[in-house]
Amino acid sequence: MVRKLWVAIGMLALLSPLGIIIPKWLGAGGAWGEWGATEIEKITGFIPAGMKRLADRWKAPLPDYALPGQSNGLLGESLGYVLAGIIGIAFTAGAMYLFAKLLTRKDGTDRSDMP
Amino acid sequence: MHIPDGYLGPKTYAAMFAVTVPFWAAASWKLNRTLKAKQAPFLAIGAAFSFVIMMFNIPIIGGTTGHATGATLIAVLIGPWAALIAVSVALIIQSILFGDGGITAIGANCFNMAVAGVFSGYGVYRLVAGTAGVLSARRWLGGAVAAYVSLNVSALLTAVQLGLQPLLERTSDGQPLYSPFPISIAVPAIALEHLFLFGFVEAAVTALVIRYFQKNDPEMLT
Repeated sequence: MVRKLWVAIGMLALLSPLGIIIPKWLGAGGAWGEWGATEIEKITGFIPAGMKRLADRWKAPLPDYALPGQSNGLLGESLGYVLAGIIGIAFTAGAMYLFAKLLTRKDGTDRSDMP
Repeated sequence: MHIPDGYLGPKTYAAMFAVTVPFWAAASWKLNRTLKAKQAPFLAIGAAFSFVIMMFNIPIIGGTTGHATGATLIAVLIGPWAALIAVSVALIIQSILFGDGGITAIGANCFNMAVAGVFSGYGVYRLVAGTAGVLSARRWLGGAVAAYVSLNVSALLTAVQLGLQPLLERTSDGQPLYSPFPISIAVPAIALEHLFLFGFVEAAVTALVIRYFQKNDPEMLT
């Protein structure tokens, strides 16, 4: 069962570029209220002071699910998106697995029957 | 629905951490007592599913995009406490590695999509599915209704938190310091797109997967 579910997650990762291709094709931008500071300036004419201070304080290593140096165009962007997705899935599943293991006992029994 | 850094002022993001941390603690305590080691892979898959489903941006033609979160489906499959942690882990990784959602907004985003998303979804699911058997239509119907409600609860909470910023955080001359859009703009903008489109996508994904398990692997639903 676990194996079957991982195959499904893998298939979703391979299909994930649909999540950037279809919006592009239909002329849709990003999500509402997730604009960068420069886009906010375009919309409202100014960048709120606090936003300017906080917005770029954290520099994510793979911003927007893109890989550094990926080629432009549909193929390069799709490939980068899939690989970023696989990296993200690995970190997410890995972190969740380790935390779950930490919460369970080593011998695999549960504690629900303990006083 | 991932609030970036700079949109919420410190009053709001600190308050949202203060609200969310006790839920993480309660969920960890609960799982510590009930989780079996052999269930760990399913939690990992649940977190991975939440991560990857959020990569599927759904467009509004010529407008914005949105996405499902998987919160209800994951809660139905692995229970609400495990789902709360699984969706939170996905959101935290998205924020740290990919800049999707702010670091300062982790408390808010996890409350909106993980805590509120999971509990509203699971609550409605239990209400509709009741004691119906694993193969009953009430299971997938319940999942669909619950997922629709859940995503819209998450969206509304996000919109209200953003919309409150011009009221809560401003300079002495009245300029907004953080998200500049008032509640009268933020709430309709975010709530309507989820009510009319993204909520139905979340409902369809949830119902289809439950339906699939009913036909092929009903033990997943017990």
